[in-house]
Amino acid sequence: MTDNNETNGAPSDEEGRAPKRVIGTPPPPPTHDLLPDDTGGAEGTGGYQLDEKKARAAERAAGAFFVLTFVAGIAFIVFYAVWPGHVGNINRATSSNYALGISLTLAFLGLAVGMTIWVRHLMTSKEIIQERHELSSPPEDRQVFNEYFQQGVQESGITQRRFLRRTLLLASAPLGLLPLVLLRDLGPLPEKKLRHTAWKNGTRLVVDGTGQPLKASDFNSPGGIITVVPEGAQNNLDDIAKAAVLLINLPPDQMKVKKGRENWHVGGIVAYSKICTHVGCPAALYEQTTHHILCPCHQSTFDALDSAKVIFGPAARPLPQLPIGVNSEGYLVATSDFHEPIGPSFWERGKSKV
Amino acid sequence: MKWITAWRRRPWAGYAVVLAALAIIGVAYAGASPRTDSAQASDTKTSEQDVAKGKALFSQACSSCHGMNAEGTKSAPSLIGVGAASVDFQVGTGRMPAMNPGAQIPRKKPIFNEQQTEELAAYIASLGGGPAVPSADQVDPSHADAALGGRLFRANCAQCHNFAGSGGALTGGKFAPSLDKATPKQIYEAMISGPQAMPVFNDTTVTPAQKRAIIAYVTQTRSEPNPGGNGLGRVGPVAEGLAGWLVGIGLMVVAAMWITARKPKKKHND
Repeated sequence: MTDNNETNGAPSDEEGRAPKRVIGTPPPPPTHDLLPDDTGGAEGTGGYQLDEKKARAAERAAGAFFVLTFVAGIAFIVFYAVWPGHVGNINRATSSNYALGISLTLAFLGLAVGMTIWVRHLMTSKEIIQERHELSSPPEDRQVFNEYFQQGVQESGITQRRFLRRTLLLASAPLGLLPLVLLRDLGPLPEKKLRHTAWKNGTRLVVDGTGQPLKASDFNSPGGIITVVPEGAQNNLDDIAKAAVLLINLPPDQMKVKKGRENWHVGGIVAYSKICTHVGCPAALYEQTTHHILCPCHQSTFDALDSAKVIFGPAARPLPQLPIGVNSEGYLVATSDFHEPIGPSFWERGKSKV
Repeated sequence: MKWITAWRRRPWAGYAVVLAALAIIGVAYAGASPRTDSAQASDTKTSEQDVAKGKALFSQACSSCHGMNAEGTKSAPSLIGVGAASVDFQVGTGRMPAMNPGAQIPRKKPIFNEQQTEELAAYIASLGGGPAVPSADQVDPSHADAALGGRLFRANCAQCHNFAGSGGALTGGKFAPSLDKATPKQIYEAMISGPQAMPVFNDTTVTPAQKRAIIAYVTQTRSEPNPGGNGLGRVGPVAEGLAGWLVGIGLMVVAAMWITARKPKKKHND
């Protein structure tokens, strides 16, 4: 025998040439045609010899990148510990972020580039191709499994003992329904919260951000808009989240007022919910030339002249309109809450008022 | 076309294509992103002479669309009552005279100088009032409350102009322009006059002091650094996603090609 399989006196196999396999190593390729037949090389060493001059250069290059990683890693630690970004103003934070980001990038990049140069120019391993095994199990395996399964069915007696089989099915049915019952009780139900906002009869409209109440005579420029919230709730984010309203000054002669809404506007000043009926984004991109209100999220477009009717996009309903009037001092006030739930749909939305 | 076939078989052809694609995207982005240059007009008093000169300029440059007496035509609105602020904004930002009427008239280099703009504004103001050009003091953001301005801006302006004033798209080819080039005076004039599709914010709804606060927010935001890295035009997740997908994945493709490219031929052992 040759020196290839001299280990611990194992009996040589019939072929005579195949080395003994160690568990965990990939199986030998099915044919020897895929590999260069270089029997001269000793086991474990590659089939290629490097050009020593080029290898030196590659080694120096890879080493230089590893040194870069070393330097950048040290730099990161120094920047982090000695020159932290949370000291001083925002400009210092900016510089600190750049310093940390660049040093960390260089550290990882140097490691990766050095390794790639190493693999590409210095490793001498042969290319080995491992064929995939067939996806399906061999027919004899499947046959054996089938026999075992049938035998198990016979031995358990589940086919003969009808009562046992049925009570087992009965036992499992409530277990399947358990999660549904638990899901039903997750969290408190929103109850009335989705149907009512902070608007009431007589609530003044105040400008979001400043809290100043508005007179109809103040908001008198054609084409004007402003975001308003209910007075008294202007600092309650939970309330504003539902009650935010876009106040628009429309030309009264172009408005198509819906029946029953004749008293909901004040000389062309209308109030629509700012919350899109699709998924609740703030729909407030108002074009004073077209009188369209656009929602930035999914391009739902509402016609402000025509009771915020949907004219484009995925929204299913018009923006709810807030009925407004003027109080004795001339301030704009709501005359009631919204007459329908604001914002996106929910399951019980269509039910009569809670 | 043989040279293409020959070139694309070179070992470096793949890298070249990816790098060229990245370069084209970069150049296109740089071309599309806004540059900053601005001109500001000073305000002076108007006179009868200005009105007469303005009327002469108007009949030359504006009357073909807006009518001989600014009464408006099918292609352009009436200018009676729009006020001097509106004229100063439209002419001072170069939007008027419009070269090609389209969905939106873009900002361009002003055609008229400051003197001519004032004369035109004086003429239009003489036709029927309207908001006047604000004084330098009215638009001075140096002592204004930028935090209050930020609250008002985010509630009433950011939906179209973006949280950092970078602008955004509207319907039918219209857009809310970036506020990077707008001078404090032009921001004030835009709020008070509502140019093109923009709504009006008059002085009784948003007071002059609050307008000054909004100007302070816009101008201060412009000079804020981006502590999270490159702002990418500050237009939000779209630009970030685009950069991540195209540039980031492009570079990874180049890296993957380099790692897996066939090794250069080496001498055989025997």
